Amino acid sequence: MSKIIMTVDDSASVRQMVSFTLKQAGFDVVEAVDGRDALNKINGSGVHMVITDLNMPNMDGIGLIRGIRAQPAYKFIPIVMLTTESQIEKKQEGKNAGATGWIVKPFNPAQLLAVVKKVLG
Amino acid sequence: MMDRHAEVFKEEASELLAELESSLLELENNPDDEELIARIFRAMHTIKGSGAMFGYDEVAAFTHNVENIYDLVRNGKLAVAKKLVDLTLAACDQIRRMIERPEDIDRSVVEELAASFRNIVPAVEEENKQEDQQPSPTDKITAGEIEKDLTYRISFKPDIGIFANGTNPTLLLNELRESGECKITAMTDNIPLLDSLEPENCYTYWDIVITTDRGINALKDIFIFVEDDCDLKIEIIDPFEPAEYKKLGEILVERGDTNKDIVDKALSGHKKLGELLVEAGIVAPDKINSALAEQQHIKEIREKRQTAEASATIRVPAERLDLLVNLVGEMVTVQSRLSQLSSVINNSDLILVAEEVERLTTELRDNTMSIRMLPIGNTFNKFKRLVRDLSAELGKQINLVTEGEETELDKTVIEKLNDPLVHLIRNSIDHGIEAPAIREQTGKRKEGTVKLTAEHSGANVLIHIADDGAGIDPEAIRLKAIEKGIISPEDNLTEKEIYNLIFAPGFSMARKITNVSGRGVGMDVVKRGIDALNGALEVKSKKNEGTTITLKLPLTLAIIDGLLVRIAESFFVLPLSAIEECVELTREDIRAMHGKHMTHIRGEVVPYIPLRERFRIEGEPPAIEQIIINRSGDDRIGLVVDQVIGQHQTVIKSMGKFYRDIKEISGATILGDGTVALIIDIGQLTQAVIRDAI
Repeated sequence: MSKIIMTVDDSASVRQMVSFTLKQAGFDVVEAVDGRDALNKINGSGVHMVITDLNMPNMDGIGLIRGIRAQPAYKFIPIVMLTTESQIEKKQEGKNAGATGWIVKPFNPAQLLAVVKKVLG
Repeated sequence: MMDRHAEVFKEEASELLAELESSLLELENNPDDEELIARIFRAMHTIKGSGAMFGYDEVAAFTHNVENIYDLVRNGKLAVAKKLVDLTLAACDQIRRMIERPEDIDRSVVEELAASFRNIVPAVEEENKQEDQQPSPTDKITAGEIEKDLTYRISFKPDIGIFANGTNPTLLLNELRESGECKITAMTDNIPLLDSLEPENCYTYWDIVITTDRGINALKDIFIFVEDDCDLKIEIIDPFEPAEYKKLGEILVERGDTNKDIVDKALSGHKKLGELLVEAGIVAPDKINSALAEQQHIKEIREKRQTAEASATIRVPAERLDLLVNLVGEMVTVQSRLSQLSSVINNSDLILVAEEVERLTTELRDNTMSIRMLPIGNTFNKFKRLVRDLSAELGKQINLVTEGEETELDKTVIEKLNDPLVHLIRNSIDHGIEAPAIREQTGKRKEGTVKLTAEHSGANVLIHIADDGAGIDPEAIRLKAIEKGIISPEDNLTEKEIYNLIFAPGFSMARKITNVSGRGVGMDVVKRGIDALNGALEVKSKKNEGTTITLKLPLTLAIIDGLLVRIAESFFVLPLSAIEECVELTREDIRAMHGKHMTHIRGEVVPYIPLRERFRIEGEPPAIEQIIINRSGDDRIGLVVDQVIGQHQTVIKSMGKFYRDIKEISGATILGDGTVALIIDIGQLTQAVIRDAI
C-alpha cells in the first residue's frame, strides 16, 4: 500500500511539480491550496506526511502545523516546510510549532525525494 | 518535464501579475490596508519562489528586490507612497516581459529598476545582507570531498520530546546504515518501568560505530533536522592504532563510562571484565554491549583489510577434487541406508543422530559440488579475441556482447563446452551475420551483434548464442539436405526438424570451403559434445532477423534430488526439479477419457504416460494410481506410477556399457536397503513416446 502525502501551497505550479514528483515515486498525493483547505481535507484522510509552504492566504504554514499537531491522529506524522532563504526566523517558528524539517526553495525533484525518504522512510 | 510545469507557471504568473496590478491600484487609494499589502507580498513571494523552481532565475532575482520592499512595508518599516506604487507597476510590466520573452531581456532596464527599489531604503539593505546561509539538507556535498574510509564513534541522544515534531529516530539510524558498515547499540537504561513510562516520550539513545568514506559532514547532515533537539557527538577513531585494538576496559575508560582504578580492581578477579562491571553495578549492561560492539566492528574492519592483502585461493589438482566428489557420493548412499535403518529400528536416540548425519551430509554435498563450479565469464572473455580476429578476417563488423558471466558451471562442463561454443560462434560469424554492405541494404546497422548469455533455469544452465544476422532459411536447408542425400524430397518435416538437420553429419551450407567453415564436420561434433554432457540443443531462427541457438546443460552430473516411486516391485527415481505436483488417478478417471491417456487438472488437459504399460511391467495396477506432473518447457506431462515413496537424494551411477543406448533411463542408484532404482530421463521418455505414437 502506498503512503499518502499531502502537499499544501497556494502556487499551482509548485503543487503540480511536487505532486508529479511524488506520484512518479509511487506515493499517493492529496493537494490543498492553503492552511484552512488542508485542515479540512486532512480529517479522515489517513495521510502519512505533509509538505507545506509557509506563505499562504487564509491560514499560513505555521498555523497549519499547529493545527495538525493538535489532532491526536496526526500528532506524530512528519511535516516538512517549504521555505526560502529569507525566512530563517520562520524556520525556527515552524520548528517550535512542531515541524519535522524543511526544504529550501528552489529545489529540484531529487532533493524533494531525498527529504521525503529521510523523514518518511 | 520542466516544460509542462513551466507552462503552468507562466499561466499562474500571468494571473498573479493581473491580481497584483489591481491590488496596487487599490493600494494607492488605501495605503494602509494590511490585507492588500499582505496579498501583494505573497504574490511577489510566489513569483520569486516558483520562478526559481522553473528556471526563471532572472525573474526570481529581480522580484527579490520588490519582495524585500514589501516585507518592510508589511512590518511597518516603510510607508506606501505614490512613487512606490508607480515603481511596482513598472516592475510588474517588466516581470511580465521577462516571463513571456526571456530571450529578449534588456538587462540594463532590469538593473535600473532593481536599483531604484534598492535605493528606497539603502540602510535596511545592509541588514538583509547579513542573513546567514544556514546549511540546507538539500545542499549536496561539494565535489572533491572524496574521503577514504574512516571510522567514527557516534553518540546520538534525542531529547525526550522528540517525537512531538514527527521525528522517527529509526529512519536516521537507517540512513547511517546506508552510509557504511556500522554497529548500532540501543541504550535502554533510561527507559522507566512500565507504570511510569510515557509512550509519547523517547527514552532510548544510541551508540554507533561506523566505517564510511563519505566524510564527517555527510554524517552530520543526516542529523540536520534534529541537531537542536538532541545530544550528538561524532568523533573519529583510528581502527588500526594501537596495534592491538583497545581492550574493553580501555574503551569504557575512554568513553568516560568508568575510570581506570575501577577497571583494574575488577580485573583482579577472574571473571570477564564486562560481567564484573555489570554485577558490581558500575556500568550499565548496555554500555558494555556498546563498547563490545565497537571492539567487534574494529576487529572486522581489520580482518577485512588482512584478507584483502593475503591470498584467498589455493590451487588444487582437479583429480583430488574428483576423488572428494566420489567419496561424498558414497557417503550420501551410506547415509540414506542409515536413515532407513534408523526409522525401522525406531530408536529415538539413533533417529536423532541419523538426522544430524543427514543434515551434515547434505551440507557436505552442496559444498563439494560448489567447489568445482567456476563462473563462465572466463570462457566468454576468451571469445572476444576470437570474434575480433575472425570478423576482421571475413571483412565484417561484429560486436560480441556477453551477459550472465557470473553464472557458474562445473569445471569439467566448462572445459567440454569450449569447442562447441567456439564452433557455434564461428558459425554465427561466418553464416549468420551478413557483410556490412548487405546489412545496410536491408536497413540493419552495419555492425552485427553476437550475444552470449548464460542463466540458471531450474537444475540446468542455459547458454544462448544469438546473432542478428540473416537467420536460417528452412527452405534452403531442406534443399541442401536433399542435395546431400540426407533426406529425400518426399520427406515431410516440421520446422524444428529442419533446423535439427544442420546437426546431421556431413551437412554444410557453405558453397565453398573456407578455412573457417564448409567441411561439414562442425555442427554434428557440436551436437555430440552437448549430448555427452547430457545436454540439449535448440535452434530458433527468423529469416533476416537472426538466429538463437540455446544449449541446455545440467548443473551437476553426480548427485540430484529425486522422487522415489514404485511400480509393482520395481523402483524408479524421477528428477525432482521438473516435478510440479502429484495427483490421483482412479479407474473412473480413466474410463471417463475413453482410453485416451489424458486427465483434467483444474480445467487444464494434461496428457500422461502410463509407465506400467510403457515398461511392460506385469500385473494389475492398484485401484488408485498416482500421476506425477512434470513441466517440460511450456508443456506439462504426467507419469503414472503405483506409489510415491518420497524424496530421495540420488547418487547417479551410470549404467553399464550395454545399457548406454536406452535413452529413457539416464542412470541408476542404490537405495538404502541395497535395491537398485532406475533414474528416468523424462525428456527422452516423452520424446520416445511421441515418436512411437506417430
